[in-house]
Amino acid sequence: MKSAVTMTVNGVSRTAQTEPRTLLVHLLREHLNLTGTHVGCDTSNCGACTVWLDGEAVKSCTVLAVQADGHDVTTIEGISENGELHAMQQAFHETHGLQCGFCTPGMVMTAIKLLEHNPSPTDEEIRHGLEGNLCRCTGYENIVAAVRSAAGVAA
Amino acid sequence: MATTAEQSKGIGESVLRKEDSRFLTGRGRYVDDIKIPGMLHMAVVRSQYAHADITGIDTTAARGMPGVTAVLTGDDLEFLAGVPCGSNPTGDMVQPARPPLAKGRVRHVGEPIAVVIAADRYAARDAADAVVVDYAPLQAVIGLDAALAEGAPRIHEELDSNVGLILTHKTEGIDAAFAKAEVVVKHTIHNQRLIHVPMETRGVVADWNPASDELTVYSSTQIPHFLRTFLAIVCGVSEAKVRAIAPDVGGGFGAKLNTYAEEFIAAAASHKVGAPVKWIEERSEAMLATCHGRAQDAHVELAADSNGKVLGMRAHYVQDYGSYLQLLTPLISQLTMLMAPGAYAIPDVDIKVTNVYTNTVPTDALRGAGRPEATHAIERLMDILAEKVGISRTEVRRRNFPAEWPFTSPIGLAYDSGDYAKTLDKLLELSDDEETFARRRTEAAARGKLLGRGLSTWVEICGFAPSDVTHAIGLTPGGWESSTVRMHPTGKATVITGTSPHGQGHATSWSQIIETELGVPFDDIEVIHGDTAFAPYGLGTYGSRSVAVGGIAVHLAATKVRDKARQVAAQMLEASVDDLDFAGGAFSVKGSPDQRVTIQEVAFRAWQAFDMPEGVTPGLDETVFFDPPNCTFPFGAHGCEVEVDRDTGKVEITGYIAVDDCGNVINPMIVAGQVHGGVAHGIGQALYEGAVYDTEGQLLNGTLVDYGIPSAAEVPHIVTERTVTPSPTNPLGVKGIGEAGTIAATPAVVSAVCDAIGVADLDMPMTPETVWNAMQKGGAA
Repeated sequence: MKSAVTMTVNGVSRTAQTEPRTLLVHLLREHLNLTGTHVGCDTSNCGACTVWLDGEAVKSCTVLAVQADGHDVTTIEGISENGELHAMQQAFHETHGLQCGFCTPGMVMTAIKLLEHNPSPTDEEIRHGLEGNLCRCTGYENIVAAVRSAAGVAA
Repeated sequence: MATTAEQSKGIGESVLRKEDSRFLTGRGRYVDDIKIPGMLHMAVVRSQYAHADITGIDTTAARGMPGVTAVLTGDDLEFLAGVPCGSNPTGDMVQPARPPLAKGRVRHVGEPIAVVIAADRYAARDAADAVVVDYAPLQAVIGLDAALAEGAPRIHEELDSNVGLILTHKTEGIDAAFAKAEVVVKHTIHNQRLIHVPMETRGVVADWNPASDELTVYSSTQIPHFLRTFLAIVCGVSEAKVRAIAPDVGGGFGAKLNTYAEEFIAAAASHKVGAPVKWIEERSEAMLATCHGRAQDAHVELAADSNGKVLGMRAHYVQDYGSYLQLLTPLISQLTMLMAPGAYAIPDVDIKVTNVYTNTVPTDALRGAGRPEATHAIERLMDILAEKVGISRTEVRRRNFPAEWPFTSPIGLAYDSGDYAKTLDKLLELSDDEETFARRRTEAAARGKLLGRGLSTWVEICGFAPSDVTHAIGLTPGGWESSTVRMHPTGKATVITGTSPHGQGHATSWSQIIETELGVPFDDIEVIHGDTAFAPYGLGTYGSRSVAVGGIAVHLAATKVRDKARQVAAQMLEASVDDLDFAGGAFSVKGSPDQRVTIQEVAFRAWQAFDMPEGVTPGLDETVFFDPPNCTFPFGAHGCEVEVDRDTGKVEITGYIAVDDCGNVINPMIVAGQVHGGVAHGIGQALYEGAVYDTEGQLLNGTLVDYGIPSAAEVPHIVTERTVTPSPTNPLGVKGIGEAGTIAATPAVVSAVCDAIGVADLDMPMTPETVWNAMQKGGAA
């Protein structure tokens, strides 16, 4: 049985017909064609699917679409403004904080929230703050550098 | 580190990547992002037993489920060949049959038995769960000992036993070396089974057009051209009608250096149902169906004199192939054999490799592919030898580094260039001196922490070539690479490369090569890769080959473009070809710098093509196939410092320094990034990762909940430094770097933990339990 869910996605009201079991990530990717949010595991470990739900970072593979009904969702496609990269996106670019790019959207979405909660983190706080997002390419060295740079914290 | 617009973006600069913006904004296009009208979804029914005969498959319930188009078994899909293997080291190795969909018997948990094709992935998965398979279980063969045991069940009927291949290499003086040895050290090293875990799993979209008979396959692969060739062979379609595309690929690490059953099944299923078919691997499926790596034991013995100079090496490597041969399975332990003596001038060797089948997921290349195993074994033995003869771990290495270059190893490999003491010296410069370290060790002990440090001095072989050599070691493909460099009438340039990057930044590095060779601005260059419809045949990206083979092809194609442009420019300037300088993207008459034409102006003229020099054809568009004269052998010295908790055995890495030498570099930022990722991967093997099977062949840690790849919190700050010893085998003097960190890190971390707790060796992963138990048995706790 499909039913309609309506939510604000990147500032625009969107409605889709979904099954009760449809995951938010599949709603975003397959119904709304927002494919920047990725699926990297099936156990909520990798964080590639991280989006913001009412302003907090969540793993969208662990949220049912119906749970987001009436709520506000932001994806990686929604954080640039007027064609300008968000400061965190720019920092990832400038520090070589990405290689294959698959974990990057989730990593950026988490990193922005990390700094909102802790604007001047130590390296250790950055590393623990990113624990829920896995990357196999970068060894995290330059991801940590990106977050540090976006925070304006010296190495 | 970043460069500004005014600065050169040529070779040697840390230019920021042109690939980044699409990934940063969610506009990358990976396989799962591709939708084709009418596309159906495939789910795979996999064996639940490690070794069994299939006695029945009941698809009735599944066929009747909502949204289901078809349920297909091995009886429904025709294949002309099995899943291919492209390595036969002896030439006469028997290679067991491996149908894409199991026929009659299954040999590992996760082997594909049937597929469901349905309207969406949820419907496909529901129906796959409703397919009922009856099995008559057979005894599973798990582990090397079980495979080699007298009377062990045979996994493949084509073979007399579970031994798939034995390789040997023995030099004449080996017995004399052991006879005159003053010291002999002997040890067994277990190199545990690993799972690659690129963050993107595998995935395929296959679109076999029923009207035109053209087959387009998008796949998350490192080797699109091989995929096209094997799709043609296995699925029985003209290779000329197949287009294989590697779109954005979310990491590979060797897992995607393969052509898999699901790629052939999706293509055949698309043909059968007359619609495009998408299959996206689930993570827990990936753990059971994508190849694994490592899984090798090494029994190694070194004969040395009392000064620690090694006279001879005996080694017996026993490799777990798993249940079948993947694309390069036999090559991996062969590479271990080739690199067995590592960075040391060991005069004589006696090496044997025994390769066995077990009822587990097949093993194949995993970042480093056979070289990490070789390096780990020899590095552990060097540490043990140092202890035995009473010299430092650095000194034992120095005494065994090759003294003269070029150096030919006892295996017969000519290492292209090296200066191993230089990287070791630099590592020591960057590390605490003995006194400081001793003081810190005492301070740590007061906190209940055991401080230790270790090192590895590594060398590897990469960019396998020339093709005469790849043929001689039994590889089906050669070792060359292709590139096309095309100047457009408006002065922009397109580079088409046969490499197939999946994170390595080739679009950036290849553009840097073009800017340097042709003076075309970096931002005016586009790089196309991964699409067989556009590119001349390319072998792809693996084995740290891309820059030293593919990058050189780009360089040579650019050189050809420049040579032709010089002829056109000479005509335009009414000068002789020999009378022209080329600098900053313009040709000028020697002594008359005002008489000049830019490469862009030449490109426009070559397109107009009037008044061309005699014998010069229109256009500026050159293709090169480059087959290097030798492999490259990058090297380095890595140092690791750890603190071990005395009460729990937990290891924390407190310092990591990587000093690598990959010759000249195109982009230092990208090179450092490759090292960072490689080191993290090597740390994963040392401390966290390891696939565990039970005796029935069930994978016990088949999700990312229980198979722990390192997170940011488990990886330390990594210091990267380089020395530069150019390779003489190519005109840019470059060597590979993609696998270096992985090869170097694992032995360096183990060396450090052993030093901390005072033991000779530790099995990996060095979990708190392993370390704590070792401390109780006589470590320095």
